[in-house]
Amino acid sequence: MSRERIWGYGLPALVAVATMGFWEWIVYALDIKHFVLPAPSAIAAAAIESWGSLMDATWVTIRVTVIAFVLALIFGIAFATLFAQSRTIERALFPYAVTLQVTPVVAIAPLILIWVGPDNAERAVLILATIVAFFPILANATLGLRSADRQLHELFDLYGASRWQRLIRLQFPAALPNILTGMKISGGLALIGAVVAEFAAGSGTSTGLAWVILQAGFNLKVAKAFAALGLLAAIGITIYALLSLLERHALKHWHESARPPE
Amino acid sequence: MLLSFDNVTKTFPNGTLALDRVNLSIASGEFVSLVGPSGCGKSTALRLIAGLIEPSAGKVAWTHAKPSVGFVFQDAALMPWATVAKNVRLPLELTRKDDAEADRRVADTLELVGLTKFANAYPRELSGGMRMRVSIARALATDASVLLMDEPFAALDELTRDRLNDELRELWAVKNLTIVFVTHSVYESVYLSSRVIAMSQRPGRVIADIAMTEPKTRTRDFRMTTAYGERCRDVRSALQRELATP
Ligand SMILES: Nc1ncnc2c1ncn2[C@@H]1O[C@H](COP(=O)(O)OP(=O)(O)OP(=O)(O)O)[C@@H](O)[C@H]1O
Ligand SMILES: [Mg+2]
Repeated sequence: MSRERIWGYGLPALVAVATMGFWEWIVYALDIKHFVLPAPSAIAAAAIESWGSLMDATWVTIRVTVIAFVLALIFGIAFATLFAQSRTIERALFPYAVTLQVTPVVAIAPLILIWVGPDNAERAVLILATIVAFFPILANATLGLRSADRQLHELFDLYGASRWQRLIRLQFPAALPNILTGMKISGGLALIGAVVAEFAAGSGTSTGLAWVILQAGFNLKVAKAFAALGLLAAIGITIYALLSLLERHALKHWHESARPPE
Repeated sequence: MLLSFDNVTKTFPNGTLALDRVNLSIASGEFVSLVGPSGCGKSTALRLIAGLIEPSAGKVAWTHAKPSVGFVFQDAALMPWATVAKNVRLPLELTRKDDAEADRRVADTLELVGLTKFANAYPRELSGGMRMRVSIARALATDASVLLMDEPFAALDELTRDRLNDELRELWAVKNLTIVFVTHSVYESVYLSSRVIAMSQRPGRVIADIAMTEPKTRTRDFRMTTAYGERCRDVRSALQRELATP
């Protein structure tokens, strides 16, 4: 491992250890009540105690997030492809995509819940998370599909390329960096969407980590809430790390952003 | 005669008159250079020959059926995400050549431009000169007999440019190509071509048509000859006369 990478991992780890130590110390030193701020050791104990239910909730949240992300990816790229075919279609539909994006998800949650039926809260959460994650992929993919080099377009003209050939061999590869950027943003948003939507719509049948946090808050089990929060952060970081890895791998041969340091 | 421009006029949708009643004809096997001030319509003329755009009036006519045409752009215009071999293969795939045939042609053209060893390299790993060779290989992959080149060597350093000039002359002779070559450089046009066409400022018209078929084989020594110097002066003075008139 290069010195560069040791610092890249080591430094944040060092910060984490120092923060934990200080946190533990300050809780005991100032005798802070456990329902205000539990010590890291208390959080760990709570996590071990409720491990089973926490893992169930984690699994639910991961499932919703991943499915919402995949749906957002499919719809985002499908609509971007449509927009790239014609400016008229884009002009007609893009305002609605923007409207969907700027309307707060909390505000549409009750409506969606009514439409899918209150017994299907998880489906409502899924739809809402998809809506939240959809736009960055749409916007970035649309931009990317239009950004292919003009001379390369002329080359495709010269050889009488079909619309399909142009899309697959020119526009998609050219759009890949943008699509990956959109995916990195949407990955995080899918998780945020899954959590916020569960807060807003998840009464009763939905059982993700957001619901655990709400319940724990009601019961003043703050340590458990912190444990759930830690798991949410871990999911978020994992998603980002995986997508960054994918990005680096996909672009390593050609994109300036993936050029190894000299 | 291979092709001719009959009173070709090109007006772009925004009203720009790029070419104004241009007449010229190009014979099979010629190496024609187009020189002229920036914006005079040289690229437009090439794109008309390639059939990428249509004239607004007049006609671009091929004497026989339109042959396979290759195009080389100024900055190579390679697909950065594809290897050298995949870039050269693109025209073959777009025109749906079968795999074995495509493999063979890719290998042949890469050999022709001396890049066999770099088949699996990505464009960013290549020098500017090598990228240009890939672009030429791609243009020739479909067995094109007509090569259209739009300021292909403008971005290269002088030594690389000289070398590619020599290689291009050789390619032209060996493959019996017809080449239409756009350049800003009077020296390059005279060194390379059997005929130099000078164009006026926009809207472009032909203001001089200077033939120079001899010598057939040209080496660096050719640049020292009086014939070369005289031709350069002819082309230059035609362009300067044009620039002097407002
Ligand atoms: N698609 C287009 N729409 C409108 N105007 C255009 C278009 N393409 C070219 N022009 C204009 O037509 C004129 C001729 O352009 P062209 O590119 O053929 O010039 P050129 O001789 O190749 O110039 P340069 O030496 O700078 O490459 C220019 O004024 C240019 O701005
Ligand atoms: Mg030009």
